[in-house]
Amino acid sequence: MKSGTIKVDYLARVEGEGALYIKVKGGAVEDVRLKIFEPPRFFEAFLRGRHYSEAPDITSRICGICPVAYQMSAVHAMENAFGVKVDGQLRALRRLMYCGEWIESHSLHIFLLHAPDFLGYEDAFKMAKDHRAVVELGLRLKKAGNEIMALLGGREIHPINLRVGGFYKTPGKRELLGLAEALKRARDEALETVRWTAALDFPDFEQDYEFVALRHANEYPFNEGRIVSNKGLDISASEFDEHVIEEQAHYSNALHSTLKGRGEYLAGPMARYNLNFDKLSPLAREAAREAGLSSECRNPFRSIIVRSVEVLYACDEALRVIEEYEAPDRAAVEIVPRPGVGYGSTEAPRGLLYHRYKVDERGLIADAKIVPPTSQNQKRIETDLRRFVPYYLDLPKEQLKWRCEQAVRNYDPCISCATHFLRLEIERE
Amino acid sequence: MSQPHFLPLIIGVGNEYRGDDAVGLIVARRLKERLADSAKVLEQSGDGAALMDAWRGADAVIIIDAVTSGAAAGAIHRFDANTRPIPNDAFRCSTHAFGVAEAIELSRALMRLPRSLVVYGIEGKNFGDGVGLSPEVEKAACEAVRQVFAETHSRPMFANPDDPFDANAKNNHLL
Repeated sequence: MKSGTIKVDYLARVEGEGALYIKVKGGAVEDVRLKIFEPPRFFEAFLRGRHYSEAPDITSRICGICPVAYQMSAVHAMENAFGVKVDGQLRALRRLMYCGEWIESHSLHIFLLHAPDFLGYEDAFKMAKDHRAVVELGLRLKKAGNEIMALLGGREIHPINLRVGGFYKTPGKRELLGLAEALKRARDEALETVRWTAALDFPDFEQDYEFVALRHANEYPFNEGRIVSNKGLDISASEFDEHVIEEQAHYSNALHSTLKGRGEYLAGPMARYNLNFDKLSPLAREAAREAGLSSECRNPFRSIIVRSVEVLYACDEALRVIEEYEAPDRAAVEIVPRPGVGYGSTEAPRGLLYHRYKVDERGLIADAKIVPPTSQNQKRIETDLRRFVPYYLDLPKEQLKWRCEQAVRNYDPCISCATHFLRLEIERE
Repeated sequence: MSQPHFLPLIIGVGNEYRGDDAVGLIVARRLKERLADSAKVLEQSGDGAALMDAWRGADAVIIIDAVTSGAAAGAIHRFDANTRPIPNDAFRCSTHAFGVAEAIELSRALMRLPRSLVVYGIEGKNFGDGVGLSPEVEKAACEAVRQVFAETHSRPMFANPDDPFDANAKNNHLL
């Protein structure tokens, strides 16, 4: 296709809905727009005047896909505002809960949303008819993650047990041990998944990204750490607003994030992996190496392997937490609200999720700001498409369109977080 | 793995904080009060894999969810998943890439569809942030409770096809 437009009115196999519009003129890509229409700002307004204790549960409803991430960023931001530190077994339980969310979210993306692209199927149902065992494996892995969330969160979807200061109820050692058997099996299957994804075919498409993710001195990041990049960024969550600019694109209601003076960046599994390879468990590191990944991965199509490595890590880490667990004396530390501003960033399955709250003396939310990973990646996704499409301009339009959708799915965008609706267009001129 | 069970399973699907998207949850809650022990009632967000897990081993399942098909707000659609594919366009108000329609089609591909699976889709109007149903959808919720209640009490629906003493089993055309 030398000239024309590619329009995808409804991007399939991404969370939420959105559109893609690509304009090609004289064999060159002239314009790429990832369109997002409904920003989460309404949720921010919805939070104003609410009690601080409601923030985790309300924000977890922004997206049904990663509720734990929203709860975690909210509780950390509130604890930051009130000068509270949650550590010991309560902190470990939060890591365990995050393991559950990563396992279930990544497994869904790897097997049901992304794998059909690599195996040449229109959707997971058609793929399931020929690759039943693969799909069943994916569902089993996802379930292992769901089970962690169901036990710790009180229920699988929209967990209700997490609160500012800790939990409403903590499990006994025996209850956690009940998860171990399934997790050991999941760990074996995650290892199998890493090997399986490594054998897929990948286009040769390496890019020079500025990766942004949390980094912690002792662990692969979930809840804590400094926000760092491979190009020198090193800030605390409280400095996020000074370094990250949110801009309105005229065709999309979702805000595009850029680093002040540096431009677009990439958050998510590839960013975490590149910045924290040394913090993976030995098993996950070894599996990554065996899969042909070094400590650096700059091909977004290979993100499916990186996600598998993270699933393996999450199974491994969950088992470590369970083994070392001793039921804490209390389910939560005491919270005394005080007026102030609190900042929290945690690693949602799709990347850095930033929350900021201003709370008054009654503990009521005066102001809230939420920056989800998909809006941080939006500009970078467009750049990748701008560089990717020229390699495939000889393809018939329908195949080109499918390639573009596959490229978007590399980022596992959650339009529900960034907004609610996405549609794809490609225009010829 | 769940054991096979013949108690009807009713699953309300939705998001409490997205206006009319909550209608499936609300209908399920009202049914739970009325059905007491004669059915198992669950509330779910619409995550496809969780739905597949929920209905694993169940014999007869009814799902209630909000839809946007272009019909008038409050219209009630009834889909029989065992006889034809579910129109996934209608369920696009869900934020899940793998939601109700996908779970049904994947179950069909994996030959894991319950013996009878019916979806009640209630046409929504407002899916914006916030709590509360539109008046048309509230009215439809009451009607859906009545219809699902009646359906769960129509004996042929839950007849055991393998039970030779069940006279209704061979005439089970309702689903």
